[in-house]
Amino acid sequence: MKKILLVAAKDLKLAFRDRAAIILMLAAPFLLTLGLALVTGRLVSPAGQSSGPSQIPVLIINQDDQSLGKALVETFQSPELEKLLEPQVVYDLAAARQAIDDDTVAAVILVPPGFTRSVIPGPNQQVVIQDVVKLQYYANPARPTSSAIVETILCEFLSRVEEGRITGITAVTQMLQSGTLAPQDALVYGQQMGERMESANLAGQELLTLTITGALEQGEAVQFDIMAYMAPGMALFFLMFTVTYGGRSFLAERRQRTLQRMLTSPTTVAQILAGKMLGTYLTGVMQLVILIGASSLLFNLRWGDFTGVAALILITTFAATGWGMLITAFARTPGQVSSIGSAVMLLFGILGGSFLNLEHMPEGVRLLSRITPNAWGLDGFAILARGGGIAELERPLTGLLVMGVILFGAAVLLFSRNRGLVQA
Amino acid sequence: MPLILQVENLVKRYGDLTAVKGISFSMEPGEIFSLLGPNGAGKTTTIAMLSTLINPTSGDALIDGHSIVRQSYAVREAIGIVPQEIALYEDLSARENLLFWGQMYGLSGGGLRQRIGEVLAETGLGEKANQRVKTFSGGMKRRLNIGVGLLHRPTLLFMDEPTVGIDPQSRRAILETIKDLNRQGMSILYTTHYMEEAQELSHRVGIIDHGEMIAIGTQDELVRRVGQKETLLLSFSDEQSIAQLVEKIQPIPGVFQVTAEDNRLNVLVNSADELLPTIVQVCSEANLKIRAVHIEEPDLEAVFLQLTGRALRE
Repeated sequence: MKKILLVAAKDLKLAFRDRAAIILMLAAPFLLTLGLALVTGRLVSPAGQSSGPSQIPVLIINQDDQSLGKALVETFQSPELEKLLEPQVVYDLAAARQAIDDDTVAAVILVPPGFTRSVIPGPNQQVVIQDVVKLQYYANPARPTSSAIVETILCEFLSRVEEGRITGITAVTQMLQSGTLAPQDALVYGQQMGERMESANLAGQELLTLTITGALEQGEAVQFDIMAYMAPGMALFFLMFTVTYGGRSFLAERRQRTLQRMLTSPTTVAQILAGKMLGTYLTGVMQLVILIGASSLLFNLRWGDFTGVAALILITTFAATGWGMLITAFARTPGQVSSIGSAVMLLFGILGGSFLNLEHMPEGVRLLSRITPNAWGLDGFAILARGGGIAELERPLTGLLVMGVILFGAAVLLFSRNRGLVQA
Repeated sequence: MPLILQVENLVKRYGDLTAVKGISFSMEPGEIFSLLGPNGAGKTTTIAMLSTLINPTSGDALIDGHSIVRQSYAVREAIGIVPQEIALYEDLSARENLLFWGQMYGLSGGGLRQRIGEVLAETGLGEKANQRVKTFSGGMKRRLNIGVGLLHRPTLLFMDEPTVGIDPQSRRAILETIKDLNRQGMSILYTTHYMEEAQELSHRVGIIDHGEMIAIGTQDELVRRVGQKETLLLSFSDEQSIAQLVEKIQPIPGVFQVTAEDNRLNVLVNSADELLPTIVQVCSEANLKIRAVHIEEPDLEAVFLQLTGRALRE
C-alpha cells in the first residue's frame, strides 16, 4: 500500500506543478463559469433571480371546481409565469401520468374534489381543522430541475393557502375568546369569512400572490440558481480533462522511461497501476474541491448539504477516472490519450448537460447521456442545490458507482492483457 | 566466492528478429565488466532482461543467487540501474527525485535523508538539490540519473551507456564516480560503444555484436588474440575515392586487413613503421593525396575490427 500511495502522491504533486494542466483543471472552468455568470447576469442579481429553464411543460387536473382549484390553475397560467411554465389543464389522470412516463411533461398536479371546501368550509359545513384534502403532485425524475421549479411554485401556493386558513381560524378563535363573537355565531361568521376570502380570490386580489424564487415563509431555502447549474457543469466538463491527463501521464512515464525505472525497482505492476489510478483520482477530487470551494466563496454559491457534496465529489470522480483509465488502456501514446480524451471530454460535456439543459433534448439523447459521469453528477448537484440531502442522491450515486466499477474493471482487464504497455 | 552474476544462454526474440542470441558470461563480486559493442548490438536488450524489465525468450541468469525468470522481485532488490535515457521527473527537484526513488527502493526516515545527502555530494549536485530537474544541464541530469541508481547501495549496478551525449567534463566526472563506486566494492555491469571507456574502467570486457558475445576477457587477453598488430589510419581528402586502394594494399606482405570508411583507410599490419613507406607509395601511384597518417597501438578497437571486419562506430 505504501508504494501505491507513493506513486499517487508523486502524481498529485506533478499535476499541480504543471502550469498547462492547472490552466485546464482550474483556471478554465472557473473563468468559463465566471463568463457564463456575467452573460446571464447572475453576478449583478441576487442568487435565484437569473434566467433558468423555460417553457416547462406541466399538466394540471382540476377536479375541485371551487375557488382554490381555480386559483391554482390561474396561478400557473398567470402572465408572470408565462415564460417559465407551459401549463395545460387536462382531465385524465392516467393519461397525465403516462405523459410523465413518456417524459413529455415535467410534472402533473392533481387538485382533488373538495380541496377548497376542506380549507374554506361552505354553508352548513362543519369546520374540522385537520380534515384537509391533499393535492397530489407527480414529478418527472428525468427532469429534476424543471420538476423542482414546479414543486417550488406549488409549495409557495400552498403555503399562502395555509396561511389564509390559519389566519381565519385564529381570528375566529380570538373573537370567541374576547367575547366579541358569540359561540352560536362562530360557524356563520367563519363561513362568511371564508366566502370573503373566496370572493377576494376570484376577484383577483392578491391573497395568493406568488414569489417564485423567494424563500418560503418557514425559511426553507428552496431556490433555483442558474449558477448551481453552470458551476458543476463546468467543473464536471473539465474533470474529464483531469482524468485523461492522468492517463496521459501513465503513457508519458513510459516514454520518459520513469515507468521502466519503477518496474526495475522492487515494485509490482499492480502497485504502479493502482498508484497511477489513485493519483489521477486524487487529482480529480482536489480539482472539484478547489472549484467548489472557490465558487462558494466568490459567487456565494450554495452547493447544498456538505455530506452530499462530499459523496458526490468522491463518486463522480471515481466514475470519471474509470473513463480516463479505459481511454489509457486503449491508447498507445500520450498524444493518442490527448486526442481521444479531448473528443470524449467535449462529447460528454455536450451529451452530459454541461452546456445545455438535457431536459430540452430528445429522449434518446437523454438516455445516452447516462453513459457520462457529467449527467449523473449534474443530477446530483441539482438535487443538492434545491435542498436535497445524501438520501436523495441514491440514484445518481448508484449510477456513478456502477459506472466506475464497470470502467475500472474493463481498464484493469485491458491492462493485464496488454503487458507490452508496461514493458520496454 | 560465489559469482555476483551468471548469465546462461540468454535469448531474446521479437518476432523474426533475434536481438540477443544465446549469450553467456559471468561476473565476480567487485568487478567492472563492460559489454562493448556498436549501437544495435544487443547491449540494452541484455540489460533489460537482466534487470527483469523484459522476460527472456529462453535462458536465465542468476544475480546474487536469484533467477531473473523466477525470482524477479528479489533480483530487483539486489540491483540498481542507470538507464541510457534520463529517467527522472523534470518537475521535481533533485532532492524530491532522490526521495521518491529512495522510497521506491524501500528506504525511509533518517537513513534515506542521510543517503540523499551523500548521493548529492557524490554527484556534485548539493548546491542544486532544491532546483527542479528541468533547469539542469544535460551533464547534471546524467549525474542525477546515476545518483538515483546507486541510492540504495545495490549489490550489482547496471549502467547502460551513461555517458552518451554529454560534455567531456561531465563524462570525466562520471567515469571517476564509477571508479570510486568500484573501489567501495560495488560490482558494475557497464555497456558502452566507446572503446576508451571500456579500456579505462573494465576489469574484463565482453565484445558483443549482432546479439552474439564474440569475445570475453581482460584487455590484454583480447589484444593477444589479435597479436601485436597495429592499425595504420590513413585520411584522404573528401573528394577522392579510396575504394580502389583496398585491392592494391591488401596483397602487400605484412598487411592483414584493409577496410575503407568514408575518406579513411584502416590497415591492420604487423609493423606500421616498416610498411608505411610502401603504402604511401601505392597511394602516390594511385594519385591519391594523403592528408594525415595515424598509427594506433593494439587496442579493443583493433580487436573489434579484426573480429567483425567493422569499426566500433560504424
